[in-house]
Amino acid sequence: MTVNDVVATGGLSGEEDTLNSLVSEILGEAQKQGATAAEVSVTQDEGLAVTVRNEEIETVEFNQDRGFGIAVYVGKCKGSASTSDSSIAAISDTVRAALDIARHTQEDPASGLADAERMATLLPDLDLYHPMEMTTDQAVEIALECEKAGLGHDERIRNSDGVQVSSQQSCRVYGNSHGFIGSYLATRFGTSCVFIGEDDNGMQRDYWYTVARDFDVLDAPEAVGIEAARRTVARLSPRKVATGSYPVLFSPQMASGLISHLLGAISGGALYRKASFLLDSMGQTVMAKDLTVVEEPHLSGRLGSAAFDGEGVGTWSKAFVEQGVVENYVLSSYSARKLELETTGNAGGVHNVSLRGDARPFASLLEGMGDGLYVTELMGQGVNGVTGDYSRGASGFWVEGGEICYPVDEVTIAGNLKDMLKNLVAIGDDVDLRLNVATPSVLVGELMVAGE
Amino acid sequence: MSSVLDCARDRLWAPAGIDQSDVEKVIDRLAGPAIDMGEVFFQNQKSESWALEDGIVKEGSFSVDRGVGVRAVSGEKTGFAYAEDILLPALGKAADAARTIAGRGDAGSVSAWRRCDAISRYPALDPLPTLSGEDKVALLMRADHAARTADERVDEVNVRLAASHESVLVIATDGTLAGDIRPLVRMDVSVIVEHDGRRERGFAGGGGRRSLVGFDDDWVEELAREAVRTALVNLEADAAPAGPMTVVLGPGWPGVLLHEAVGHGLEGDFNHKGSSAFAGKVGQPVASELCTVVDDGTMDGRRGSLTVDDEGTPSSETVLIEKGVLQGYMQDKLNARLMGTISTGNGRRQSYASLPMPRMTNTYLRPGESDPEEIIASVKKGVFAANFGGGQVDITSGRFVFSATEAYLIEGGKMTRPIRGATLIGNGPEVMGRVSMVGNDLEIDHGVGVCGKDGQSVPVGVGQPTLKIDEVIVGGTSTG
Repeated sequence: MTVNDVVATGGLSGEEDTLNSLVSEILGEAQKQGATAAEVSVTQDEGLAVTVRNEEIETVEFNQDRGFGIAVYVGKCKGSASTSDSSIAAISDTVRAALDIARHTQEDPASGLADAERMATLLPDLDLYHPMEMTTDQAVEIALECEKAGLGHDERIRNSDGVQVSSQQSCRVYGNSHGFIGSYLATRFGTSCVFIGEDDNGMQRDYWYTVARDFDVLDAPEAVGIEAARRTVARLSPRKVATGSYPVLFSPQMASGLISHLLGAISGGALYRKASFLLDSMGQTVMAKDLTVVEEPHLSGRLGSAAFDGEGVGTWSKAFVEQGVVENYVLSSYSARKLELETTGNAGGVHNVSLRGDARPFASLLEGMGDGLYVTELMGQGVNGVTGDYSRGASGFWVEGGEICYPVDEVTIAGNLKDMLKNLVAIGDDVDLRLNVATPSVLVGELMVAGE
Repeated sequence: MSSVLDCARDRLWAPAGIDQSDVEKVIDRLAGPAIDMGEVFFQNQKSESWALEDGIVKEGSFSVDRGVGVRAVSGEKTGFAYAEDILLPALGKAADAARTIAGRGDAGSVSAWRRCDAISRYPALDPLPTLSGEDKVALLMRADHAARTADERVDEVNVRLAASHESVLVIATDGTLAGDIRPLVRMDVSVIVEHDGRRERGFAGGGGRRSLVGFDDDWVEELAREAVRTALVNLEADAAPAGPMTVVLGPGWPGVLLHEAVGHGLEGDFNHKGSSAFAGKVGQPVASELCTVVDDGTMDGRRGSLTVDDEGTPSSETVLIEKGVLQGYMQDKLNARLMGTISTGNGRRQSYASLPMPRMTNTYLRPGESDPEEIIASVKKGVFAANFGGGQVDITSGRFVFSATEAYLIEGGKMTRPIRGATLIGNGPEVMGRVSMVGNDLEIDHGVGVCGKDGQSVPVGVGQPTLKIDEVIVGGTSTG
């Protein structure tokens, strides 16, 4: 190893106070320049990412970012600005730029900060910060171990498309002119691995990864490499299938996308713009009766956890869909005002969503579907949020008599999301906890598969 | 008149009190016997955007992002670090971090500076102040009004205006010394129409590397009417068919086909690594002989155009496929060196905080001889796809998809009913081999393309004439 020992992460805990006072300074400047209200977010990230390919180091990247964004209000007119420069001169210029814009934007009755009484008061420790000094040498070791395990797993793994090991830490501070200021420190470690397999019928690629707030809970590098290799080899010599209507089983990773489409359709922005296939769905049945979609923002150590949302509103656990019926929309205070509702603490998105129901083992899902398509990859943007029309490229495996038979690619699956969600006939017990929308496999009763 | 390079120096170095001798010291620090190339990339990007919704201009935002990226390359290894501000101490630290890749060694040699004053492909202007705040608001309001008066079924209108001004300066141990000042503007209109409880969306957008003055009233009104037109077409659309069939693609933006089916697969990095379905195929047929595909960063004022790329190499016109035969790849410096060739001016990066990679600029298919009407008339049963959303490709297997946003059935040589957006899927080399007619009506898109690769986004252009593909899988829901 010729790489010198460079310590990538020094620890950001000392920076938290600095960033907190930076937020106060910027808010003070906004008030001084004439804003009637303002909100500021400051982020600082630093870290290291190392890529190894075919047993050689490919890249060593050090990142260090600091920036802030401000939104100012002059009455009901809004302007925003952001910069990577936090010098005193830049603060003053950036505030001025935001105010210049606010002087040209028009009055929007729904505009403004979230209501003061909704600001988070309890900021529980969510166990998101596990600083560890990772050197480039350590990162390279992990990457090499991961790649070696995968390359040795099967002789049809002919090439590596790289293993990346990364270590990141960040500090986020949000404050507004209600006097709210909240901050948190977080770490994120990960290893991801991509292989290329080849046989007489061509090349295929696939990947696997592990990611966590705490380095110690990551999957072992060998396990990640072997899983990436196993998945790659399984895809070799794919076939097409005959065009027709079949049951389609979505892997946990692909099912997460389906539930994200649901969340998108019940989110305030889509609803007040009437750009959703689930308009006026509050209290309506949108999924099978035994399915519930919950959000748990305060889970310890999870990637999606947050004590307050993007405008300082305290987060809480809730169901978006309870036993198939829409119970809460996904709202920020702006979209809530547009819809004459209350914010759900989801400015900036959702925090740790899961799909619950009668979870069955994967084998039982396969058995239940008989003949059909098991989808492990989707391609393209063929999802129309207004109509729910859905048509995407798919790869995966053909299932016959409840058994996985052979890999399939270059087919499309198509339907309408409204029907697909109602037609989620079964869910698995194989939840992918790496994801913010953490779902198990789901079986959709029937979809049009276009192939040969 | 001062050159673009001098302008870039004034904008990037002068405010920080840095002069060329300071930067040369950093370059000396980067150089070493084990270092094949050391490079410092300075960038300052100012952007602004305005958004209209519910008939009012609700939001505007302004941002400044300034920094410097330092790269040291040794063999196939790259060390990279950056600093979020242009200050000498931070620059020195970044250089030391980047250089760890090659270990410590004696000082190496730096080539003599070669000032690069490439031919400008766009004016070196700052588009942000080319219209006043009042005029920008008025422009958005005009688009809103044009969309709402185009048809009574228009229910929602969103308009966005964006402008950015980017200055870059590259200095490297290979003697590169180049700068560029890049304007970029864009306007988008998206509408929702409603009729009898059915809702559909329509979209139109355009722009390029120029000032905001080109967005005159006529152009803006035309854009708004085009967004309404596409929404109304979809309001009448039936379910698309499912299965393999003949597809005719319209001119212009449907060139996203080339971007996905062959473009990415011909980027140098994937071919150097052997991860592309096109690796090792130079000189071999990879498309029908009607297909000549080029990547051309030198087109005047286009969204994907570059005077010099982000490594300081002048942009060029690169023939990728000629009459169906693969000619070569798009290269940045690193992959060109590893493959024993020269950069084609395709080394691009999202910002100073990301590493450059081979990326497309404006990619298009050269025109053929067929009359577009004759192409439609030759199809008994198939699909005419006039417009697309976006696409995606797996460069290893060659499989790609792209999704139609405006399409029609062709029956008996005539376009009949509109059909709802279907995804098309195929394998790049296979589908390109089935191109059986190419129109004489080449169009380049109107300037809305954004290409994503390894998490980095860059503006691109695409284009093509009308073309016919004998068989592609259409991912609809109807078996009828």
